[in-house]
Amino acid sequence: MTTLTASPPADLRAATTTAARTAHPYMNPYLAGLGLGLVLLLSFVVMGRGLGASGAFTAVVATGVNAVAPEHAKANEFYAEYLGDGTTSPLMDWLVFEVLGVFAGGLISGALAGRVRIAVDRGPAITDRSRLILAFFGGGIMGIGAKIARGCTSGQALTGGAVLNLGSWITMLMVFAGAYALAYFVRRQWL
Amino acid sequence: MSAPWYKFGLFGDNVSLVVAFVIGIGFGFFLERAGFGSAKKLTAQFYLTDMTVFKVMFTAIVTAMIGVFYLGWIGYLDLSLIYLTPTYIVPQFAGGLLLGVGFVVGGYCPGTSCVAAATGKLDGMAFLGGILAGLLLFGELFPLVSGFYTMTPLGRVTLPEFFDLSYGLVVFLVVLMAVGGFAGATQVEKWMAAKKGVR
Repeated sequence: MTTLTASPPADLRAATTTAARTAHPYMNPYLAGLGLGLVLLLSFVVMGRGLGASGAFTAVVATGVNAVAPEHAKANEFYAEYLGDGTTSPLMDWLVFEVLGVFAGGLISGALAGRVRIAVDRGPAITDRSRLILAFFGGGIMGIGAKIARGCTSGQALTGGAVLNLGSWITMLMVFAGAYALAYFVRRQWL
Repeated sequence: MSAPWYKFGLFGDNVSLVVAFVIGIGFGFFLERAGFGSAKKLTAQFYLTDMTVFKVMFTAIVTAMIGVFYLGWIGYLDLSLIYLTPTYIVPQFAGGLLLGVGFVVGGYCPGTSCVAAATGKLDGMAFLGGILAGLLLFGELFPLVSGFYTMTPLGRVTLPEFFDLSYGLVVFLVVLMAVGGFAGATQVEKWMAAKKGVR
């Protein structure tokens, strides 16, 4: 983990050094997995659906496009599906609220463990700037991939994996295949 | 049968949004606990030095899978009411590959990037910006790719249905695969650590 080279304010810098010193180790992976699995199971029992992430961002994009160019949005089948009949905002959506919870839960866990600090996570061989550009591009590729696959690692690999959905298992295996196939070529970013 | 509660009308749409937020908190909490707010920790999976992603993911899958299976078996949870995304073979092959490429290039997936951003990771925020840009690009190009997008549809289909095996047997096979995978993953971590030590 590398903190930003651009100088943050002195108090923030002091706070980050303290945080770095007192950051707790991560949870045992099997225990964290058990916790995650129980949350997912709870979601199936209470709602009849699993977890997701990318769908919430699609609702945000559809809302944005609709605000800027409503005619254009309505004419596009992809946005129109999220906009519905226009009586309720696409942001009043289950996944949008779930993702807001993900931000809150991540912040709670990070704060409790002393892991909240302004930083760029990267290997030693790359600059912050290049890392941020690659993060943006990776996010873009994943946004497109998530739409074509009908869900991302949360909605397909995790959720669909647990209910043995055929398409989810195809997606999950291809995620690992794609990542391992490309890992060598971007190793300078991480190693 | 009395679950899923929402589908049996125990509460309405407004309450479901509160439920969504609470479930999201649990999801984000355990993602961060596992170390998934860090791109280096996540991508170490693809360099075989730290197999936490596989271990966490498959423990979660196995936990929820066994829970759903038994709750269905005792007649508490109506499995036919659980939402499954429809299967589209070719698009999901391609989409999965893109997700994998985006993962190792960007360092996160959509869910973990939220946790990264929430804990102050600027690269997590850049990744989130990228997702929005990618979705906008996809949305704008949708009329051109809609043919590919809807190719090879199979509808709602599970592994047991597709391979004509019993549900219980597939659950058992996935558990076996996961347990074998955990042992293998730990062994690989040891080899990689030893290799690093020799260097």
